[in-house]
Amino acid sequence: MQSPPADTNQQSKPGTIMAYPLSKNIMGKSFIHRHAAHCESGAISALLRDRGLDLSEPLIFGIGSGIFFMYMPFIKMGGIPLTAYRAAPGAIIKNVCKRLGIAIHSMRFRNPEKGMTELDHLLEQGISVGLQTSVFWLPYFPRDMRFQFNAHNLVAFGKEGGKEGDNYLLSDPVFEHTVSCPADDLRRARFAKGTFAPKGLLYYPTYIPASPDIKGAVIKGIRHTCHRMLGVPLPFLGIRGIRYLAKEMERWPLKLKPEQALTYVGSVIRMQEEIGTGGAGFRFMYTAFLQEAADILKLPVLTEASKMMSEAGDRWREFAVKGAQLCKGRETSKNIYNELAGIIRDCADREERIFRLISKAIG
Amino acid sequence: MKTKDVPQDESILEGNRRACYAEDENGRYVIVPSKGWEVEKIVNAQAQAAIRHAVEEARQLVLEGKASPLKYHMAQYQMTVGLLAATTGLWRWQVLRHLRPNIFARLKQETLKRYAEAFGIDVETLCKVPRQIQTNNPNQAQ
Repeated sequence: MQSPPADTNQQSKPGTIMAYPLSKNIMGKSFIHRHAAHCESGAISALLRDRGLDLSEPLIFGIGSGIFFMYMPFIKMGGIPLTAYRAAPGAIIKNVCKRLGIAIHSMRFRNPEKGMTELDHLLEQGISVGLQTSVFWLPYFPRDMRFQFNAHNLVAFGKEGGKEGDNYLLSDPVFEHTVSCPADDLRRARFAKGTFAPKGLLYYPTYIPASPDIKGAVIKGIRHTCHRMLGVPLPFLGIRGIRYLAKEMERWPLKLKPEQALTYVGSVIRMQEEIGTGGAGFRFMYTAFLQEAADILKLPVLTEASKMMSEAGDRWREFAVKGAQLCKGRETSKNIYNELAGIIRDCADREERIFRLISKAIG
Repeated sequence: MKTKDVPQDESILEGNRRACYAEDENGRYVIVPSKGWEVEKIVNAQAQAAIRHAVEEARQLVLEGKASPLKYHMAQYQMTVGLLAATTGLWRWQVLRHLRPNIFARLKQETLKRYAEAFGIDVETLCKVPRQIQTNNPNQAQ
């Protein structure tokens, strides 16, 4: 990975540009890379910034209604029930574009060669392009994080050594710096098969309004999120889903083999912390969003909600710490599964209060 | 979470840092790069151990002549029969058959090439499994 010397413990505000060297695309135009917590919000935020609309990652995440919760034990991935702290892949991009009036052009390909040629063609015109990829085939990913997961997003903005180069310059939002990736690996990653197969998906904005209605978009984003968290009458979605997980978790030691119960707990924590979430299963990123939204809408009640969300996030982290102790075999008390479920229930109660409060404030 | 509480543990990120959101001294949530967290290391190790276990099990089966090397590579590359079938363009039942050593041994060079291409390895590597236990995952071996 090509990394310029890392500045020690640099903190950057969402909305400010980090002091990393700029990278240039084929036309010689600079591409500004900014570190993000989540690939999808990071990628679309980078594409919009590249075209002159600079919105922070949390703002994009909130407008796109990225936060969510679902627990679906009947959908198994590798034998493990599906837990998600986020909306389905693609939802953020779709929602953001709709709510800000942005036109986005996207293409999928049956033929990998055509997909790569089209990418080259766009890059040669100086257009930065969003790509959906698998993480398994990306060589710059840390070894232990390379799983068969197909819904990763990143931005390609140029080629090393210009037009004729064989390595692509990528701005992968969850990495601190831009990276370079051999064409063959990128082709594999873009055309991996399986669940969420990207089929070479590429996308780029074709129209961005001069002054998009940010206020309106924030309200729509929040309203949609409140509805999804509180109002879907299915037991596995939103707040109900969190409670469902708690209930099921209490039963895991009774109905599963000990080994399997541990795997289940571990997988919930991985969804919460290991996959890029910004901490506490996107709850901390949503806190940042609520703070920004409070300023934009001039609604102090959202600042109150952001504090509550921050506390809920701390509780989720507590669950992760305790659960990891259990997975490591350091926690042997009989009651541990009930204790974990108790924390999760508390998270559900807190989030219910938060979204009811916001829902009332937004109307 | 406060910025000073963002964990900076040695973890699975191999020197990279991930973006976390935490509260700075002005009460604003900002991005803080994190070297990693012990919690994620523990649960990642659990998932990796499961993969390694499957790989080792497959390797033994191949050495005992109960499965073709395909079984081993599938485990290495975290592929199911369905995923391998989709990647090679073969049918699931064909892949299932090719997991049997006697049938795998009779495969045409062409078919072997398709499998090798799916894993990004050469045919020679495809047709054997290591005698020694491998502790890493395939990405490093590439």
